[in-house]
Amino acid sequence: MSSSSHVDRRQFLKSGALLGSGLVISFMLPASARELARRGAGKPGLYFAPNAFLRVGVDDSINITLSHVEMGQGVWTTLSMLIAEELDADWKNISIEHSPAGKSYVHTAYGLQITGGSSSTWSEFDRYRQAGATARVLLIQAAAQKFGVSPGDCKTENGMVICGSQKASYGELAMAAAALPAPTNVTLRTPDQWKYIGKGVKRLDAPDKVNGNAKYGIDVHFPGLLTAVVAHAPVIGGKVISFDASATKAVAGVRDVVQVPTGVAVIADHFWAAKKGRDALKITWDDSPNASLNSVAQFAQYKKLADEKGAAALEKGNVDNGLSQAAKIIEAEYSLPYLAHAPMEPINCTVKISDGKCEIWTGTQMPGVDQAAAAKILGLANEQVSIITPYLGGGFGRRATPTSDFVSEAVEIAKASGKAIKMIWTREDDMRAAYYRPAFLHRLRVGVSKDGYPVAWKQTIVGQSITAGTPFASGKPIDDSSVEGVNDSPYMSEVADAYVGLHSPTLPVHVLWYRSVGHTHTGYVMETFIDRLATTAGKDPVEYRRTLLKNHKRHLATLNLAAEKANWGKPLPKGHYHGVAVHEAFRSFVAQVAEISLDERGRLKIHKVTCAVDCGLAVNPDGVRAQMESGIVFGITMALYGEITIDKGMVQQSNFHDYRIARMNESPVIDVHIVPSTDQMGGAGEPCVPPTAPAIANALFAATGKRLTNLPLGTIHTKQA
Amino acid sequence: MANFIINGKQYEADVPADMPLLCVLRDVFGLTGTKYGCGVAQCGACTIHLNGEAVRSCVTMVSRAIGQKITTIEGLSADSTHALQTAWLQEDVPQCGYCQSGQLMAAAELLRENPQPTDKDIDDAMSGNICRCGTYPRIRKAIHLAAKLQKEGGIK
Repeated sequence: MSSSSHVDRRQFLKSGALLGSGLVISFMLPASARELARRGAGKPGLYFAPNAFLRVGVDDSINITLSHVEMGQGVWTTLSMLIAEELDADWKNISIEHSPAGKSYVHTAYGLQITGGSSSTWSEFDRYRQAGATARVLLIQAAAQKFGVSPGDCKTENGMVICGSQKASYGELAMAAAALPAPTNVTLRTPDQWKYIGKGVKRLDAPDKVNGNAKYGIDVHFPGLLTAVVAHAPVIGGKVISFDASATKAVAGVRDVVQVPTGVAVIADHFWAAKKGRDALKITWDDSPNASLNSVAQFAQYKKLADEKGAAALEKGNVDNGLSQAAKIIEAEYSLPYLAHAPMEPINCTVKISDGKCEIWTGTQMPGVDQAAAAKILGLANEQVSIITPYLGGGFGRRATPTSDFVSEAVEIAKASGKAIKMIWTREDDMRAAYYRPAFLHRLRVGVSKDGYPVAWKQTIVGQSITAGTPFASGKPIDDSSVEGVNDSPYMSEVADAYVGLHSPTLPVHVLWYRSVGHTHTGYVMETFIDRLATTAGKDPVEYRRTLLKNHKRHLATLNLAAEKANWGKPLPKGHYHGVAVHEAFRSFVAQVAEISLDERGRLKIHKVTCAVDCGLAVNPDGVRAQMESGIVFGITMALYGEITIDKGMVQQSNFHDYRIARMNESPVIDVHIVPSTDQMGGAGEPCVPPTAPAIANALFAATGKRLTNLPLGTIHTKQA
Repeated sequence: MANFIINGKQYEADVPADMPLLCVLRDVFGLTGTKYGCGVAQCGACTIHLNGEAVRSCVTMVSRAIGQKITTIEGLSADSTHALQTAWLQEDVPQCGYCQSGQLMAAAELLRENPQPTDKDIDDAMSGNICRCGTYPRIRKAIHLAAKLQKEGGIK
């Protein structure tokens, strides 16, 4: 990765060459950037940088700098496609890197540098295309001057500007283009001119990910770098009273032991010595005041809270009046546990402090927030802290902590020890010292009309706020992320009387957004409950939804497409059952039909999930399909297994044997269909998750006649006697 | 001093006998393509071949690997042309990519032992490897494609 001495190295759309700006190429480079460093676009004075996202080297090399990070969701490819679409570059000359923290890379909609909210493609759709188009306009102008023709007589093709028999490569034109003033206005290509958008290209990061070349934070290495492993309090929020490191220091390879605010760090030549050293530590912990924390008691408390109406997240009409007049009342209560993100790359962070500056290598979704956190700990200015982001081995929200928990911990270790360290959390640390999707309780009391459709809807939601106490807090009594998917539910818009009440208890358990955030629980609750209303009314679940969604065309389009492709209502193989769900999240609409069976022992098998998505324009359709597949498997894990429990203040799960993840033998056939759409663009990485668990639970109802509310569902289900 | 033959090359290092091979590969020899995921043989991210057999390097001690032939993802092919690598690219399998080295090494053993695996064979051979991004459907397709490529083109 390269990072300039100052992050805001180029204002957007300001033209000019970066002469002598002191571009620093660090020694931990991904292959593409390493290649770049050998070539022109890495050498100051030898490239044209019309904006913060693009450099054209005199040797024809093209470097794309991404404001968003690649964590599996495919932005490395999709965002690069947007530039390439307008630039007419030769793909073989393109290299890609993550940006440093910097103002130029602030999210166009969110006001800080962040990869999250399934927003990368729609929020950058214009900016990246403009970046490519601006460069192309300037390269054409430079060529026109060189050829002595009008720019209108020139065209571009595969990294060349062409006018009749005259040709010049982008590299040949780079320095002349750098001297030209930036155009105030560029014309973007129209959809009929697109070569890549809507068609897609193969993943540009895949070649490095099939041969071991791809570098993640955990792979960072440089001479003198030591490995740190931290002993965290077994009880959430526990503090070190005292420790004895004598046995630790006797472990070969252990170099240092330091206390930091979050525990005791063992620093060693390599991971194994650090871990052995940690095992040998004798620490006395102060467990109070959280040693009595217990998940069962917590849900009991949540149930009590749900007896009170809660802060009004949504209020219309008079719900009690509406309920009293309803033909029938249907009630349900849901308990949904804490969930661990469990990305495959355990949390890690490398820190090197020297000469009044700090370099940090870590997989992060919010480099600017982490930069500021590190600067504060070290008493440095933000610009003295550089964040270098290798590939992320999964994120799912865990690598976007407003508190910069793991970056802060690593910086504290480097500061306390005076050493360059790579802090690695073991899988057990990752599972236990973690931030979780909050546990939630939902209680519903819904009145239906004589024909079974909802007329009054009362719902009480209890669960910790993700944003409370962070800079992301809205200042309002309602954390929208606790109620999204309920308040804005299309079903809610169909009832006259509604009250959604929210309780946001404060607990010492750290909570965080988790792939699809509030929709992880609200999507499950709404789509299983609506299914219950349908079957209680004796109606087909798809037909029933069609009636309720008649004014919601994008919900309806995905529902209809998924139902059609899954052959909903047609005979299934003996013992197979369908369940359906449709949900909007992050501006996209996804419907899924799950096909399941139970064997003679009641073991659940998910045979197939048929998925339809409307995300507006699908810039990279196969990337959208890949995200749907990904979200469905993620949703299966959540549905069947996902559960973090706490007893005596300690997280009881530790590794993949007791926090199970869906595996190959549990992965169904997944059939994805994209609704051709010109509606508002939406996300892909998260909207795919919410429908999966309810579709499975609804299929289980079809199979067993039982309505399961709590998650996880488990894998053994018996049929109703 | 312990000797290892890794991807056809001789390596030697002074390492403790109880050190996991994973740590030797990554921290001592800088072969970082093999990944740490769980440390307890639950996820398969660290899968390598020891004398041709797929093993979990996180629980394989140095003492078992000394002098043995080890193949890591870096040595699966010289130039990413193993049929599985070709198929992985064709099907655009990787997402975050962190587990893929282990997936490929597990699949390579499967294909060598069973050139035409069924879906059930793939379930049996690949269910020890976790992918949190859920690339399983594409891994399955890619293994079938690699089997076809091997059969048709003699690609190894």
